[in-house]
Amino acid sequence: MTTTAELSATTLLRFATAGSVDDGKSTLVGRLLHDSKSVLTDQLEAVERASASRGQEGPDLALLTDGLRAEREQGITIDVAYRYFATAKRRFILADTPGHVQYTRNMVTGASTAELTVILVDARNGVVEQTRRHAAIAALLRVPHVVLAVNKMDLVAYEEKVFAGIAEEFTAYATELGVPEVTAIPISALAGDNVVEPSAHMDWYGGPTVLEHLETVPVSHDLAHCHARLPVQYVIRPQTAEHPDYRGYAGQIAAGTFRVGDPVTVLPSGRATKVAGIDVLGRPVDVAYTPQSVTLLLEDDIDISRGDLIVPSKDAPATTQDIEATVCHVADQPLTVGHRVLLKHGTRTVKAIVKDIPSRLTLDDLSLHPHPGQLVANDIGRVKVRTAEPLPVDSYADSRRTGSFILIDPSDGTTLTAGMVGESFASPEPVKDDSEDDGWDF
Amino acid sequence: MTTTVRAVSEGTGTPYTLSHLDALESEAVHIFREVAGEFERPVILFSGGKDSIVMLHLALKAFAPAAVPFSLLHVDTGHNFPEVIEYRDRTVAEHNLRLHVASVQDYIDRGVLKERSDGTRNPLQTVPLTETIQSEKFDAVFGGGRRDEEKARAKERVFSLRDEFSQWDPRRQRPELWQLYNGRHAPGEHVRVFPLSNWTELDVWQYIARERIELPEIYFAHERDVFRRAGMWLTAGEWGGPKEGETVERRLIRYRTVGDMSCTGAVDSDAVTLEQVITEIAASRLTERGATRADDKLSEAAMEDRKREGYF
Repeated sequence: MTTTAELSATTLLRFATAGSVDDGKSTLVGRLLHDSKSVLTDQLEAVERASASRGQEGPDLALLTDGLRAEREQGITIDVAYRYFATAKRRFILADTPGHVQYTRNMVTGASTAELTVILVDARNGVVEQTRRHAAIAALLRVPHVVLAVNKMDLVAYEEKVFAGIAEEFTAYATELGVPEVTAIPISALAGDNVVEPSAHMDWYGGPTVLEHLETVPVSHDLAHCHARLPVQYVIRPQTAEHPDYRGYAGQIAAGTFRVGDPVTVLPSGRATKVAGIDVLGRPVDVAYTPQSVTLLLEDDIDISRGDLIVPSKDAPATTQDIEATVCHVADQPLTVGHRVLLKHGTRTVKAIVKDIPSRLTLDDLSLHPHPGQLVANDIGRVKVRTAEPLPVDSYADSRRTGSFILIDPSDGTTLTAGMVGESFASPEPVKDDSEDDGWDF
Repeated sequence: MTTTVRAVSEGTGTPYTLSHLDALESEAVHIFREVAGEFERPVILFSGGKDSIVMLHLALKAFAPAAVPFSLLHVDTGHNFPEVIEYRDRTVAEHNLRLHVASVQDYIDRGVLKERSDGTRNPLQTVPLTETIQSEKFDAVFGGGRRDEEKARAKERVFSLRDEFSQWDPRRQRPELWQLYNGRHAPGEHVRVFPLSNWTELDVWQYIARERIELPEIYFAHERDVFRRAGMWLTAGEWGGPKEGETVERRLIRYRTVGDMSCTGAVDSDAVTLEQVITEIAASRLTERGATRADDKLSEAAMEDRKREGYF
C-alpha cells in the first residue's frame, strides 16, 4: 500500500471464506494478504520463525491466520477471524471461517454480514458433502455473490475439463438453492495462479482472478426496490438552552432510503407523521440511505422510544406475534419446544416462547427430519416462535437486517439461535441467456 | 458477465454507496448508540492515544447536539507523556466530560502492585482497570482495540463479555450475527465494547485527517532524547531508562502509538503534518505494534495472555 491511488480506496466489501479442511483456504487467504502486500515485514518474520521452529521449509502462509494458542497447538481454526486488506480499488473485511463440520455456526456468523462468499473445493475431489453444506449456508443467509474457487489446479495438470465439470455441478446445485450469482475461478493458492495474478498455465480461462473479482463485484444494491426501515436506537433530547425542544430519533438505516417530507409510520404503535429533517452526524441532508447512521426529526411530537421501527407509511410491514423462521442453533445448550427465551429483532428485545420445531434440515442432502424435538449446536431447522409483543418483521429474503433475529437465554444471556424469517431458500432464478459472457460465470 | 460487472462498478459506484470511511463511521456510531440504549453505566477508556481520541470524536457525533452519555476512564501508568496528559485534561474541559483516573502509581505506593524488573508498567494496568470497573459498577467499557492490531485481537467480538475478574474466555464469546449485538450480562460482569473493531491503522489516520481531529504533538516529528532498546527508540526519563551501556542521543522521531513511556517506542520520522504521517504509514513495512511495542514481542501469545487476564 504505497501509492496515493491506493490511499483513496473508497468502497468497502465484506466477504467470507469457507472450505473443507485441507482445501487450502488458509493458503488462499494468506496468498491474498501476501500478494496484495498487506502482510508487513514483522508479521512475515514471525511466520518464518514459527514455520522454521516447526521444521517446515519456507513460510507457511496458513500461520498468518492462526490467532489463538489453542488453535496453533491443535493446528485448527476454532473461531471466525477477521482480516483486513486494501487495494487501489477497495477496502476488504474478510470473515475467515473454519471448515470443520462442527463449526456451522461460525460459517453462519461470517456469512450474516458478508456480501460475497468464497467457497473452496479441491480440484482433485470436486464437489463434496462439505461443499454442498457451504453452498446451502450461503443460500440460507442470502449472500448476494458466491465465488467457487477450484483450488489445486496444479495437481490436475491445469485441465480445463476438470474445472468445467466441477463448476457446472456446483452451479447447478447452487442455482437450485436460489443462489443468484455464482462465479467459478480455477486457481492454485499455493502457486499463486489466478489469485492475484492471472495464471500462465490456464490460457483457456478468460475470467477474472479472485482479487479482480473481489475488486469489481458491485457492493451497492438497488435501493429503489428496498423497503425503507429505521430501527430507533436512542432518542436524542439535549434539553439545553440552545436546543430546548430538540427531539431526534437516532438509528442506522437498516434498509432503503428516507427523504425529508416522506410520510412515515411508527411501529408497533402505528402512529403516522412526516419526516421533518434528517441529520447525518451533524450534516442536514434531504435523503439518507442504508447503512448510514442518522437522526430523524419528525413533524409531530409523538411517543417514540428505543425499539420502535420507523417505516414509510405506504410500505409498512405487518406486525405479528407468531414468527416462523429458519434458524441456526449456535449455543452448546439445546433449543427445545417450550423454551422461554428473549428475542432480539432490530433494536427491540421481547420475551418469546418456542412453540414448535417442525423440522430439522440436513445440509448435506437438504432432507427434512420432522419434529426433532430439539436443536443442538450447529443444527439448522425450522421453528415457530410466539412473542409477548407484536413485532414488525420482514421476510429475510426481502431484508436481511429486519428479517433476522437472535434468541437469547434469559438466565445466562447466552446467544442461542440465529433466525431468518420466512422461507429457507429462494426459488431458483429463471435461466439467463449467457451468450455474451466472456468468463466462467454460470 | 465479468464485463458487465466492471462497467457497473466503474468509479465509486452509485450515489447510494458509502465510502469506506463513512461506512466505518456509521458502524461505530451504531455501536455507541446500542450501548447507550442498553447499558446503565458505560465508560470510554481514554488514554489520549489516537484510537481513544477517535472513539471520543465518534461518541460526540453520535449524540450531538446532546452531550455524550458516558464518562471517561484513564488508567494512568504514572509513566505518561506530559503532552498527552495535557491533551487529556484540555479535552475533558472543552467537552465538559467526567474523567475517572485509575492510578498504577497508587497501587505501587500501597504495595498492591510491584514494579517489574524491566520497568514496564503496561501489564500492571490490568488490576487498577479491573478494580475501577468493579468499584464504579461500569457495565460497558469502550476500548479502542482494533482487530488488525494483533492476531489474538482478530478473533475479538465487538461486544466482548468479561467475568467479574475482567477475564476474557475466547470459548465463552458469543457469535455476533448481523448487527444484533447481545449485551446481556450477570451482575458483576461487564462487556468490553470495541467500536473501532473493523478499522485499520490507516483508516484511523485518514479519518483523523478528514475530520481535522487534533492530536497530541508527540504523534508528529520532533527532536527528543532517546536510546536504543530491543530494536526501538525509547524516550530517556526517570521511569528507568537508560540503563548502563545504553547511550542517549537526540533524534528526529515521532510516535505511532501512545502508551506507557517505558515500552512505547518511537520511530525515526520527519513527518510533521497529517498528510506526511499518512504517506509514511502507507509506505511502512512494519505493523504499529511490531514497530513500537516491546511487550508484544515477548511471545507468540503475549497479547492473548494479557487479554485473558483482563487487559484492554
